[in-house]
Amino acid sequence: MLSLIVFIPILAALAVLLGAPARKTAFGAAAAQFALALFAFLSYDKVAGGYQFNSVTSIVSDWKLNYAVGADGLSLVMLLLTGIVTLAAVWVTPKIEKREGLFYACVLFISAGAAGAFASTDLFFFYSFHELALIPTFLLIGLWGTGERYTAAWKITIYLGIGSIVLLVGLVDLYLAVPEASRTFNMIELQRLAGNGLIPAAAQSRPYLFLLLGFGILISLFPFHSWAPPAYSSAPTPVAMLHAGVLKKFGLYGLIRVALPLLPEGAKTWASLLLILLVGNIIYIGLVTIAQKKLDLLLGYSSVMHMGYIFLGIAALNLVGVSGAALLMFAHGLSIAALFALAGFLREKNPLLLLDSFGGVAKSAPWMGFAFGLAAFASIGLPGFANFASEITVFFGAFKPAAGLVANNFQLAMIFALWGVVISAVYMLRAFRAIFLGPVGKDMADLVDPVKSLRWPVILLLALLLIAGFAPGAFFAYVKPSIQALLPK
Amino acid sequence: MIPSISLETAVLILGIIMLLVESFSKSDDKRGLAKMAIYMLLALVGFSFFAKADVGDLAPFYVADPTALFFKRIALLTTVVVLIMALEYKNVITKFIPGATPGAGLGEFYSLPVFTCAGLMFMASAVDFLLIFVSLELVTISFYILVAYMRRQSASLEAGVKYLILGALSTGFLVYGITWIFGVTGQTNLELIRQVVAAGNVPQTPFLFGVVLVLIALGFKIAAVPFQLWVPDVYQGAPTPITAFLSVGSKAAGFIVLLRVLEAFLASTETSGKILGVLALLSGATLIYGNLAALPQDNFKRLLAYSSIAHAGYLLIAVASVSGASEGLGSSRVAIAYYLAGYLLMTLLSFLVLIVVANHSRGDDIAHFNGLSKRSPFLAFGLLVAMLSLAGIPFTAGFIGKFLVFATAVQAHNYGLIGIGIVTVGAGFYYYLRVVAAMYWQEPGDDTVITVAPLTKFAIGALTLFIFVFGIFPQPILNSLKGVPIESRVVAHPVAQK
Repeated sequence: MLSLIVFIPILAALAVLLGAPARKTAFGAAAAQFALALFAFLSYDKVAGGYQFNSVTSIVSDWKLNYAVGADGLSLVMLLLTGIVTLAAVWVTPKIEKREGLFYACVLFISAGAAGAFASTDLFFFYSFHELALIPTFLLIGLWGTGERYTAAWKITIYLGIGSIVLLVGLVDLYLAVPEASRTFNMIELQRLAGNGLIPAAAQSRPYLFLLLGFGILISLFPFHSWAPPAYSSAPTPVAMLHAGVLKKFGLYGLIRVALPLLPEGAKTWASLLLILLVGNIIYIGLVTIAQKKLDLLLGYSSVMHMGYIFLGIAALNLVGVSGAALLMFAHGLSIAALFALAGFLREKNPLLLLDSFGGVAKSAPWMGFAFGLAAFASIGLPGFANFASEITVFFGAFKPAAGLVANNFQLAMIFALWGVVISAVYMLRAFRAIFLGPVGKDMADLVDPVKSLRWPVILLLALLLIAGFAPGAFFAYVKPSIQALLPK
Repeated sequence: MIPSISLETAVLILGIIMLLVESFSKSDDKRGLAKMAIYMLLALVGFSFFAKADVGDLAPFYVADPTALFFKRIALLTTVVVLIMALEYKNVITKFIPGATPGAGLGEFYSLPVFTCAGLMFMASAVDFLLIFVSLELVTISFYILVAYMRRQSASLEAGVKYLILGALSTGFLVYGITWIFGVTGQTNLELIRQVVAAGNVPQTPFLFGVVLVLIALGFKIAAVPFQLWVPDVYQGAPTPITAFLSVGSKAAGFIVLLRVLEAFLASTETSGKILGVLALLSGATLIYGNLAALPQDNFKRLLAYSSIAHAGYLLIAVASVSGASEGLGSSRVAIAYYLAGYLLMTLLSFLVLIVVANHSRGDDIAHFNGLSKRSPFLAFGLLVAMLSLAGIPFTAGFIGKFLVFATAVQAHNYGLIGIGIVTVGAGFYYYLRVVAAMYWQEPGDDTVITVAPLTKFAIGALTLFIFVFGIFPQPILNSLKGVPIESRVVAHPVAQK
């Protein structure tokens, strides 16, 4: 069943390339993918726990390399996120003037890549599926992007290409660090063996650094973040939604899924470095975000900034912190996708998205004002939204990190992170005021709400944020047991 | 089961028959000749699966281990694709070699690659310096003729002269190196040299001198920096099918010989460190030069020339990281063979598309690929796959190759080379994707639809498919590389018994 979630978009993309009606096929595939992900999510047996829906096909038996899929609570939450955001992204896509088929095929490939990475339980395919999204992104930004689209497309592709190869070296290093008899690409098997001290503590430092750098570049960890904002601002709306909302979570997911269980000592060795960098994400990028004059760049930088909180939760290496980080991945994916979708609606009337050129839009487009307000509040982390529930959990986790970590450093980083919440409030509220309140901007009087059918994807995203915000326990019930199993005993 | 040597013999006979038919046939249309050769060579690929490992009396010179058979198949398949390209290239050839009849000179152009193929196949099996030298010369001399084949075009002649002079020079280095090694070890058989070196009573300085001379000669063949100067001009000037053959065949030949001689050269721990150090230096320099010089190229043929240097660098990473592992992840032999097989597929595919596009666009700059995805989605997709594979994107043959190469470097703790490799892969993304950007981002210069001949279409489709198969299911290819370690197939050698 998990294979279907991955291969439905791929098959649909091939069908579209061969001439099937583009939008209808893509929409059908996205809906099917979402329905399957939801079904898997609901039918997961929480009592039994562990990995379910497993399926394994041997690829290279000598290296114990398989095509293997399986899902625990954490993967299911991420697959659900993939399904929702893909559906919303395809839904809000405006009419594509040129080469519609290629556009939807590329979007579906990105979604398939993300779903494949989250569903894989084999290191090789986990890595490979993520790279499936690289070239479609390159084509999408270059062909259908706006502004400095060529520069942005080159930057994201080369940056992520280098990040991926660093990650590849890290994964190979990890594989070879395992004693020869028990070498395998199977993540479940590796996780099981890791409980018995699979890799000696001294040998964990180097592979972890490779993984941290590789994943870090993919997540836009400070100072490797400069690819993200221009790419998101130039990319067509659905690509920005998918990339910022889903694909960037791959690196974080990888750190939790691969680095924590196998290299816990390495994680402790490099914890101080990670703390410094993540404070850079929160404070430095936060200040950069305040200075932005364009809505799309502002959202791009804000998405880079919020990665800092997730890193903080992961760095704490305890159940509370990492669970909070996992839920924050879900919440941030939904909120940033909603914000980019709304920015896409605004872009149709005001292509440059300069904050100063808007004003009083809430008068002519009340629904958008309301929705943007909700999404902005969610992004800041106001109570009631999933972002709040998860951020506060991250803070609790960081207050008392796992044994072997210096608690004072974490508390210091946490104080910076709390200031980050104020910074997000500043830029989000200023953006909201500049766009929706005040005197009506020049030529902005006829900026109206999108037609009713296009509102549903945003409503869907916001509703999920509220549900997860009011009942975070339902989601923690999924991620906590999985993370408990991943954390070192 | 058939004796392995009969494969080479059949190829040689095929070449001679082609020459005879060319001389005595009345027909002006020589394409049938090339088509016959294509089907014959494909049949031989099939026969190669029934070759037996036992080579009888030839053992002191010749082996038929899995590596040898693997490279023989590479040689055969490369020649098949090169002949398909040569068919597409017919008009250019006839334009630059006006003769008494319309088809004059085409027959030789189709038959010479067959002789090169025989040389490559001999080389895959050669385990004695004498056979290595003779087969290398068979390859090189037929290349001298082919590179300068378009005798009325100055670029082709210039390429021919450059290749001839530098090729002859490298041959000189090789012979001189072999002499020194024979002088200190008293042997030309690689296994016997290995035993003498391993015994440890070889004077170091003259031995290393000979080794370095041989490495220089092979450096020319595989286009390693600083022996790469001939590559861009020769690649750009030679007829495009021959460029493809050079970049694949010559490189494969160089690397199989390198693998074989290194087994002998690295036998002693006293000298192996120094030799590996030299190889690591070569690898780093080749990676940096090839990738950086490829960045500003605007001509696609020249870009592929620099890319061929760059890939020699990645292959040399694996050579410089030779470690204990003979199979599995981390084995240099497997990594090199796999990488070369993948490199063959993607390079031949690039050149095949290039020839078709250049025929229609009257030029082979990257700008001539603008908007190809609109003019011919099929060709654009083929070239897209080739470029992604060259850049090393997962699910393609090139990725598995890079994966294996980096695994050998991690295994051997060659972190300096890994660092260089990471940067150069990033550079590779730029120059390979420039072609993709031209095909997909840009609008076409003219809107004429490009038609593709059926045989070419089939070849492009097959190469594309194989790139995916190699990238997703590596097991069959890895199985065909499994074999006995070199020691167990050594037989008593007449010289050794003295």
